[in-house]
Amino acid sequence: MTKLARYACGGVDHAVNRRKFLATASTGIGAASFLGGVASLSHRAVGSPISKNDYRVVVFNMHGGLSQLESWDPKPSTRTGGPFRAIPTSVPGIHICELLPKTAKQMHHLCLLRGVNTSEDDHGKGAYMMLTGRRQTPSAEYPQVGSVAAKMLHDDQTGLPGHIIVTPGGGGGRGNEAAYLGPKFNSIHLGGDKPPQNSSKPDAIAADAEARRHELRRKINEQYLSQRRSAVTDAYTHSYEQALKLMERREVFDVSKEPQAAQDFYGQSELGRQCLVARRLLENGVSFVQITHSNYDTHNDNFNFHIEQVGEFDIAFATFIEDLAQRGMLEKTLVVVLSEFGRTPNINLYYGRDHWSKAWSVVMAGAKVARGGVFGQTNAEGTEVTEGQVDHGDIFHTILRAVGVDSSQSLIVDGRELPIADPAAEPIWKVLV
Amino acid sequence: MIDLDITKSHVLHQWKADSPLIACRISPTGQQCVSTSQDNHLQLWNMANGEKLILKGHDSWVHTLSYNKAGDQLISGGCEGRLIWWSVLDAEPKIIRAVDAHQGWIRGVEVSPDGTLAVSVGNDRVIRLWKTDTGEKVHEWPAHERHIYSAAFHPDGKHLLTGDLMGKINVWKLEDRSMVRTLDGATLYNPNKGQNAEFGGVRSLAISPNGNEVFAAGTHKGSNPFGAVHEPLLLRFNWADGALVKSHVCDGIPGGLLYRTAALNDATVTAVSGGSSGGILLFFNATQEKEIHRAGLPSLARDMDIHAAKGLVATAHYDQHLRISGLFA
Repeated sequence: MTKLARYACGGVDHAVNRRKFLATASTGIGAASFLGGVASLSHRAVGSPISKNDYRVVVFNMHGGLSQLESWDPKPSTRTGGPFRAIPTSVPGIHICELLPKTAKQMHHLCLLRGVNTSEDDHGKGAYMMLTGRRQTPSAEYPQVGSVAAKMLHDDQTGLPGHIIVTPGGGGGRGNEAAYLGPKFNSIHLGGDKPPQNSSKPDAIAADAEARRHELRRKINEQYLSQRRSAVTDAYTHSYEQALKLMERREVFDVSKEPQAAQDFYGQSELGRQCLVARRLLENGVSFVQITHSNYDTHNDNFNFHIEQVGEFDIAFATFIEDLAQRGMLEKTLVVVLSEFGRTPNINLYYGRDHWSKAWSVVMAGAKVARGGVFGQTNAEGTEVTEGQVDHGDIFHTILRAVGVDSSQSLIVDGRELPIADPAAEPIWKVLV
Repeated sequence: MIDLDITKSHVLHQWKADSPLIACRISPTGQQCVSTSQDNHLQLWNMANGEKLILKGHDSWVHTLSYNKAGDQLISGGCEGRLIWWSVLDAEPKIIRAVDAHQGWIRGVEVSPDGTLAVSVGNDRVIRLWKTDTGEKVHEWPAHERHIYSAAFHPDGKHLLTGDLMGKINVWKLEDRSMVRTLDGATLYNPNKGQNAEFGGVRSLAISPNGNEVFAAGTHKGSNPFGAVHEPLLLRFNWADGALVKSHVCDGIPGGLLYRTAALNDATVTAVSGGSSGGILLFFNATQEKEIHRAGLPSLARDMDIHAAKGLVATAHYDQHLRISGLFA
């Protein structure tokens, strides 16, 4: 549906100026400019002023539902534990599954949330909840965390998109991830470690001819926009200009530009190279990168599949964390490992685990998240949360808070006040520093 | 020797353990059976009366076991990488020795035909040979590019076969550990690009008593490995030249995987299918592509062993039962 831009009353793109929003929210002054009325008085202030380039977010989306028992919350030698053992980590007293030996050495950078209960065992609905922080309803669509991060954190001057999703093969990318934020904040999808498709100028077109073509396009656009400007035409124009900038910065996506030592460090696995691309994107100003690691929907032969998948993840993820830490990037980069849900503690007939959302784990690292800790606990067999229960809404708030965004603020869209995170949830304050 | 009649297969006994079962073996004498379970324990079953003893020593699941030739010792291989030698005829069975033998899962343990050697293989892709009497490691060598799923000695006592995730079956000369040939069992490998999954493998190897044929068991048609949609497959190779001579398939088992195969005699080989289609004993001969007989089991089975001379089949089940079936009227 076409949404006309209402600049006079504060359209989507103008309702909240990121720089102003963050700066004012951080001091608590002028919040009414964005929120209005009594509501603004109840909103918390962000701790310190930040510029929009400061923070980044990386999400590892463990597609299909990573087993918490074969990763972050092992229960060895119990009815539900399966064949894998728990191993010590770099933080005394914290153990994780033996399938993560390299990650165990980076535990001092990580924060485990072991009390996640999202009560939703459907793949699509679970994924929606984890990425938007809300339950899916027919009456409203909410932006994904990548779109929110791009809006709140990204600087267009980088010449790169603010919201990038890396998937095996580069599929997807036609969705409405940005919802009411507008198409400008939808994602660009990358396939593996390759630049976006069709992002190089055909050799047959000379540079001066290319420049003249764009000049003509801009003139025609301006003529049209002088009378028919809308949110859609703005998004269209933005896409063109962003594509041109992206073409100029195509080398950012090329991991072969990295020193050989860095390439060796990350290894040759597809996920390892995707992590290296992610690091390059972060360094060059991209605010949000989501890496999809597929697939964990292991109703059958769960343990053999987790050996393969978690084994690959362990090497790439641990390398990524170590690299960010060594470069000092972890201070301003939040890394999140999530799925749509976990897997059943019960082991089924054919060594599988099914969908389980009542007691599972999410991991965070970096930015304003406390390091080397565990929040939440499950019972001995991992069937229930016994302490520190959190859900998708709490996690969404926490992600935003961890990168300096006041998650209790609202956006004004078409005159409506829309909380950027579910007001019924709140940040997990104990994991934030 | 009993007169085998596979068409008369029937359950003689079913004995319950405390946890879902994983693996089982019948002792050479046929007087004892051992099973393993998801609580990391082993159960020794008296075949005469079903009494059981619990053996504790592993920190993880045990997928593979082998009795020594006399049947007074048992070697178990755990997913923690530990081999344990047990004395199993004592009133209170005990651990003789425990050896941290592999990095990661041990998937195959077998004692050689003359009883002097044991082989162990697993996820570290290394073959290790051990003296059964002392536990001394005799040889080890990296042998496959991917996880090794199974191992079997040839009855000639001079060769060893090992099978991996990719369906490669390597034949080794024991004398110098040189590789004689590779049998192509690639149809047992079921990668699924959509699920980004690697699945299948040579789950079990067996050789006919006369040594003329090699059998490799597993699954094929893995259209949905995550959803347990895959069909049983048994490959029959000619030992002399390594040629694939038959692919035994089964109709109407859309969720099947052959966890183990064993040759009853030179004419008949059996295999057990587990998976979403339930537990089924299948019997094959050299002339037919499809099974010559199938016998449904009361619950999903995960492993099987035979005592050919007594016509007995042991099956390890998810419903915590060890079942003993008779192949006779």
